[in-house]
Amino acid sequence: MSAPATTRQLPLVRYLALEPEPHLVANECTKCNAVYFETRVACASCENRDFQPRPLATTGTLRTFSIIHRSAKGIPTPYVSAVVNLDGGGVVKANLVNAGTDPAGIRLKMPLRLTTWVVGTDDEGTEAVAFGFEPVEGGSNG
Amino acid sequence: MGESVWVLGATMTKFGRFADKDLVDLASEAAIGALDDAGVGMRDMQVLAAGNLEEASTGVGQRIQHQLGQYGVPVFNVVNACATGATAVRAVYLSIAAGEADMGLAVGAEQMGKQGLLNAGKKARTGEKRVFAPRGRYGALQGVEGVLGSGLMPGVFAKAGLEYAAEHDGVGFEQFAKVAVKNHAHSALNPLAQYRDAFSLEQVMAAEMIGYPNTVLMCCPTGDGAAAVVLVSEKKLKTLDPDQQRRAVKISASVLTSDPFTEADHVQPDINTLTRRAADEAYAKAGVDPQDLDLVELHDCFATAELVHYDNLRLCEPGGAGDFIDSGAPTRDGRIPVNVSGGLISKGHPIGATGVAGIYEITTHLRGEAGDRQVSDAKVGLAHVIGLGSSCGVHILERRAS
Repeated sequence: MSAPATTRQLPLVRYLALEPEPHLVANECTKCNAVYFETRVACASCENRDFQPRPLATTGTLRTFSIIHRSAKGIPTPYVSAVVNLDGGGVVKANLVNAGTDPAGIRLKMPLRLTTWVVGTDDEGTEAVAFGFEPVEGGSNG
Repeated sequence: MGESVWVLGATMTKFGRFADKDLVDLASEAAIGALDDAGVGMRDMQVLAAGNLEEASTGVGQRIQHQLGQYGVPVFNVVNACATGATAVRAVYLSIAAGEADMGLAVGAEQMGKQGLLNAGKKARTGEKRVFAPRGRYGALQGVEGVLGSGLMPGVFAKAGLEYAAEHDGVGFEQFAKVAVKNHAHSALNPLAQYRDAFSLEQVMAAEMIGYPNTVLMCCPTGDGAAAVVLVSEKKLKTLDPDQQRRAVKISASVLTSDPFTEADHVQPDINTLTRRAADEAYAKAGVDPQDLDLVELHDCFATAELVHYDNLRLCEPGGAGDFIDSGAPTRDGRIPVNVSGGLISKGHPIGATGVAGIYEITTHLRGEAGDRQVSDAKVGLAHVIGLGSSCGVHILERRAS
């Protein structure tokens, strides 16, 4: 058997959808609209047991961050851990990339957009795709 | 409302690194200290609670009994993250408040050694064929720490601080660093603190960065230590010697909360809401206004955390935590001294011991027995801890009216 023509890719986590364009999909409570990235038995806010997939915006703003200089073994540093308020709802934790690691270059509330990259490959050649956020070019610098 | 519960005896070991002792040595040292301080013995204890994280499955409370006296009384072995010690105190408090016991012992102890970052250094599997398959509740193909942000303590608490900075003016790296300058300076006066060195603002800000905006001098160390309190019912206290009664300190409020649902707590633990709820409930129960407090021991696991808790505990104007530290209000001779013990940052943070040690510190000041670091004429104090997950304990203590 010959190898497939295109490399197989899987999202690093279930809540990242790669098609048609990369975006996040949350589990939304059908009653109170709270969103979760993990699977929940019931909604922690209202106890409703039904959820539906909800695609989230690929743009948002920087809610808070930390520039991590010392971490667990095997994790390259420095990097920026960010919490992002997505436009239209949803809050997500991810790395802030393409923004440097100097606090002077990172502005709270700065506009961001989702980006993806290959983060690992398994022994069958399948690539894991991670997501993060990067500054929106031409965004307000004030 | 029932009768009050009182602190009859309190002690803590020095915090540090004690490779020549085991957990039960440390716990026993604290327990004996508290019993002797109270003028009672194990035979007088009708309930025992032991708080410990790392050896929680070993029956720490029973192991203490084996060393000090076994009389078959109920033991609660409790684990509640960094609120473990406060939870042990509350377990004994509840037993007495419920009328099941007249007197009880709460011990918090931990032996962490020099283990570096918590949760760090998990080994990757090697030698097996690696085929991606979604695992767990997030369907992750591999570890996500450092790839999808950081969930480790330094990152979480740094982000809590910068979230506050995003919402309020006058808060930045310098304000957070001033918290650490203050707590290191306080610890120089505390013989039981793990570290006792003072540092300038420049030294704190120029130290190795761990997770911006917290440098290494703005992070608590790991360490070993124990603390213990003997609690007694008001009815029983009245039967004890005048000197025991004189030194007893009233627990005006004992509150434990967990985190209610908030929009973002599934990605970034919310350390604010449960602290505000615990504080408000404690002030209401005690009939105490935050501005009445003579001293506060709060959970400064990182300097960023202390700053946001000024606001959460209503010590400052809403949004005014930056001004509060800039004004010097939380220093030992300031308006509301905070962490005169040196706090977790410099006194140390042996996890199970911390919540009990905060109550020891407040008790010692209310008794006027705190030596060089005594807050003058302290009448009422508050001890706060929070553990991620999350759990928050707040105790308000008051000096006996003379």
